[in-house]
Amino acid sequence: MASFTTTAPVNVPEISLSEGGRPDRTRLRRARLGLIVAVTPILMLFVSFTSAYIVRQGLPTFDPRTNSLIRDWIPVRLPSILLVNTCVLLLSSVGMELARRQIKNEAAFASAAPNPAVSPTKAKGLPWLSMTLVLGLLFLFGQWTAWRQLAANGFHVATTPSSSFIYLLTGAHAIHLIGGVIALFVACVASSLHRPATTRSIVVDITSWYWHFMAVLWVYILCLLKFAS
Amino acid sequence: MATHEFAAEASHAHAAPQGFIRKWIFSLDHKVIGLQYFFLALASVCVGMFLSLLMRIHLIWPTAVLPFLGEIKPETYLSLVTMHGTIMVFFVLTTAPQAGFGNYFLPIQIGAPDMAFPVLNMLSFWTTFLAFVAAVTTFFVIGGAPLHGWTGYPPLSALQAAGPGEGLGADLWAISIALFCVASLMGALNFITTTLDMRAKGMSLMRMPLTCWAWFLTAVLGLLAFGVLLSACILLLMDRNIGTSFFVPLGTINGQVTAHKGGSPLLWQHLFWFFGHPEVYIAILPAMGICSQVLSVASRKPAFSYKAILLSMLSIVTLSFTVWGHHMFISGMSPYSAYGFSITTMAITVPSAILTFCWLATLWRGKIQFTAPALFGIGFVSLFVSGGVTGPFLAQPALDIPLHDTYFVTGHFHLIMGVASIFGIFAATYYWLPKMFGRMFNEKLARLHFWVSFAGTYAIFMPMHYLGLAGHPRRYSQLTEVGFLHDLIPLQKFITFAAFITIAGQLIFLVNLFWSLKFGAKASDNPWEATTLEWTTATPPPHDNFGGHTPVVYNGPYEYSVPGAPRDYVMQTDPEIEPAH
Repeated sequence: MASFTTTAPVNVPEISLSEGGRPDRTRLRRARLGLIVAVTPILMLFVSFTSAYIVRQGLPTFDPRTNSLIRDWIPVRLPSILLVNTCVLLLSSVGMELARRQIKNEAAFASAAPNPAVSPTKAKGLPWLSMTLVLGLLFLFGQWTAWRQLAANGFHVATTPSSSFIYLLTGAHAIHLIGGVIALFVACVASSLHRPATTRSIVVDITSWYWHFMAVLWVYILCLLKFAS
Repeated sequence: MATHEFAAEASHAHAAPQGFIRKWIFSLDHKVIGLQYFFLALASVCVGMFLSLLMRIHLIWPTAVLPFLGEIKPETYLSLVTMHGTIMVFFVLTTAPQAGFGNYFLPIQIGAPDMAFPVLNMLSFWTTFLAFVAAVTTFFVIGGAPLHGWTGYPPLSALQAAGPGEGLGADLWAISIALFCVASLMGALNFITTTLDMRAKGMSLMRMPLTCWAWFLTAVLGLLAFGVLLSACILLLMDRNIGTSFFVPLGTINGQVTAHKGGSPLLWQHLFWFFGHPEVYIAILPAMGICSQVLSVASRKPAFSYKAILLSMLSIVTLSFTVWGHHMFISGMSPYSAYGFSITTMAITVPSAILTFCWLATLWRGKIQFTAPALFGIGFVSLFVSGGVTGPFLAQPALDIPLHDTYFVTGHFHLIMGVASIFGIFAATYYWLPKMFGRMFNEKLARLHFWVSFAGTYAIFMPMHYLGLAGHPRRYSQLTEVGFLHDLIPLQKFITFAAFITIAGQLIFLVNLFWSLKFGAKASDNPWEATTLEWTTATPPPHDNFGGHTPVVYNGPYEYSVPGAPRDYVMQTDPEIEPAH
C-alpha cells in the first residue's frame, strides 16, 4: 500500500518516549532526564572557568619597574584541610548511594503491598539520608575553614590571580552543593512527614545523582588546582 | 485507562487555577506564560525602538533639544547604543520567538498537556522579568546606563571610573545579563525535557513540525551557550567589585593607574563570542522553523525536503560553536587561527543556502495564498538572503579588518539577525493570533504593515552597507564635526527619515493587534486549514490543551494536496486514508 505521508510512515504509529507505563516511572524518567539536561550548563560553567584559569595562568603582565613583561602567576599552597573535605564529600556520596538504594527498596516494598492505601511497615535501616546531610554540611564548613586559612596566610580573593581562581572555583562549587543540601533537607522533611515512598524515592534518586556529580566535580576542581598550577 | 493517557494525566498535575493572581500573574500554564513572554517582548521592542529613534535623531541633529530629555550628549548616545542592543538582542529576539511562541505552542504541537516542569517555567519568566527591570533601571541610577555596548568589552566595562555610566549602571547591566542567562537555562531545560519526554502517541521525532525542531535546537544552543556567558558575567562582576584581574590589565584610566594587573580583555571576548555567535542562531532558528511552517501552509504543499531542512538546522547548530573567532579578527589573533575561523564561517553558508533553496522550492508551483503570515514568511526569506550574503564578506579576515568597525557590519547584522528574526515574529503573530486569542486580525492592515516594514527595512539597512564601504565608522555620536563624513550626511538623513516611517508603520501593527483582540471577527478552530495539532483543539485552547483527551498522531506535519484525500490537507490526527490509485 502506498503511503502519502512525506515525513514518516503512517501504518503503525510509533511509540514515543512518553509512552511510559505507570506514572511514577514516568515521573522518575522525566526527572532524571531533566537532571541530565540541568547539569549540562553547570558543566559549561566550569569548563569556562577552566579555560579562563588556563589562559590567565599563561598571560604575561607589564612590569613598569623593569619596563618588561613578567609572569605574575604565583601558585598558592592549598590548605591541607581540603583533602579532609574531599574525604568527607566522597564519604557523603557513599552515604547518598546507600540512602538511594534504601528508599528504592522501600518504594518497591510499598508498591508490592496488596493494598497500597495501607502504609506498609518500614524496613529498619540506618538513617543514611540524614547522615549524608550532616556530611554535606560538614564539607561546607570545611570549605569555609579552608578560606579562612587562606585569608590568614594573606591570600584574599584579589591578592593574586591564582588565589582569585581558588575562591572562584571552590565558591561556585559550594553554591551548587548548597542546592544539593537543600534538596537533601527537603527529602528528609518529606521522610519525616510520611510522604508516599514513591514520591520520596524520586526526590532522593535525583538528589543522589546530583550529589555524585558534585563529588566528581569537586575531585576535578581539586586536581585542577593542585596539578595544573 | 490507556497507558499514554495515564502518563499524560500524571504529567499535568496542576489543576486549572481560579483566582486572577494564580491564573494570570503567577500562572503555571504554559500558554499564559507564553503570552507573558510575548507581551514582555512587545514592551521591550517599544523601548528598544524608542532608543533607536533617539539615536537616529541625534545623528542628524546633534544639538537638538528634545522635550523632557534635553540635548543628547555623546556619552548618552553611547548609553542608547548599549541599551538598544541589549534590550533588542536579549529581551526581544531571544524572548519572543523562543520563550513566547515556543512556550505557547511547543506542548500543543507535540500533543502534551503542559511543559515538563511548570513551576520552573514560571520561575523562568519572572527571572526574565527581573532581568528586564534591572536593564531598564540603569537609565535611572546615578551616572545612567553603561557606555560599553551590548558586547560589554573590558576594560571599559570592568572599571567603574571609565565613564559616567560605568558605575552602578554597568553593575546592573551585568546583573541583568546574568539573570537572563539563568532564566534562559531554566527555559532550555523545560524545552528539551518536554520535547524528548512528553510527545503524544505517534508523534515520533520525524513527525514533529519544524517549529518544534527549531525550538528544540534553539534550546540546545541556549543550554550550551548561556552557561558560558554567565561565567563571563560572574568574572566581570568580580573584577568590578572585588578587585580581581581576570579581564583588566595594568594601565591607566583617566590619568590614574588601575589597581588591576595581568588580566586579559581578550579572555572576555573569547567567552562572550563563544556565546555571542550561537546567540545569532538562538534569535533566528525559531524564525526558520516558523517560516518553514507558514510557507508550507500558504503554498498548500509539504515543506520541501523536511529532512534537508532539519539537517541544515542541525549543521548550523553544530557549526555555530566553531566560528566565534570571526568577531575577533581585528584583535590581532594568529593568522592561522583566523584562517580556521574563516573556513568554519564560510561553511555555514552551505546549510543556509540549502534552507533558502528549500523555502523557495516549497513556494515553487504552490497555490500560494498571500496572507499576512505568508508575506512575512516570504519577507523573512528575502531578508535572510540579503543579510546573509554579506556574511561571507566579513568571514574573510582581509575584508573584515577594514569593514569591521564600520556601518557595513551594522547593516549586515541588523538584516540577518535583527529584522529577519522580527519578520519571523510577525509571521508567527499573524499565524497564531487566531488560535491564541480566538479573534482574526484585519488582513488589509496586516498587509499594509508588511509593505511598510519590508520597504522601510531595506531603506534603513541597505544604505548602511554603502556607508560602511565608504569608511563610515560605527558608534560615532557626532558626524557634523568630522570632515570625511560630511558627504555622507545626506545618506544618514535618508536613513533617519526611513526609520521614522518604518517605526510609524509599526503603529499599524499595534492598532491591528489590540483592535483585533477586542473587535476582530471570531476565529474558527482552523482558519488556515493547517494540519498540526494546535488546529485540532478548541480556540483558544483549554487549560489542558486538548479538553481531557490525548491526541494520537498518524501523519506527518505537512500533508497538503494529498492525492486521494477528501480535502487538500490531512490533519496529523486523521486516521490513515487509502490513497487513490
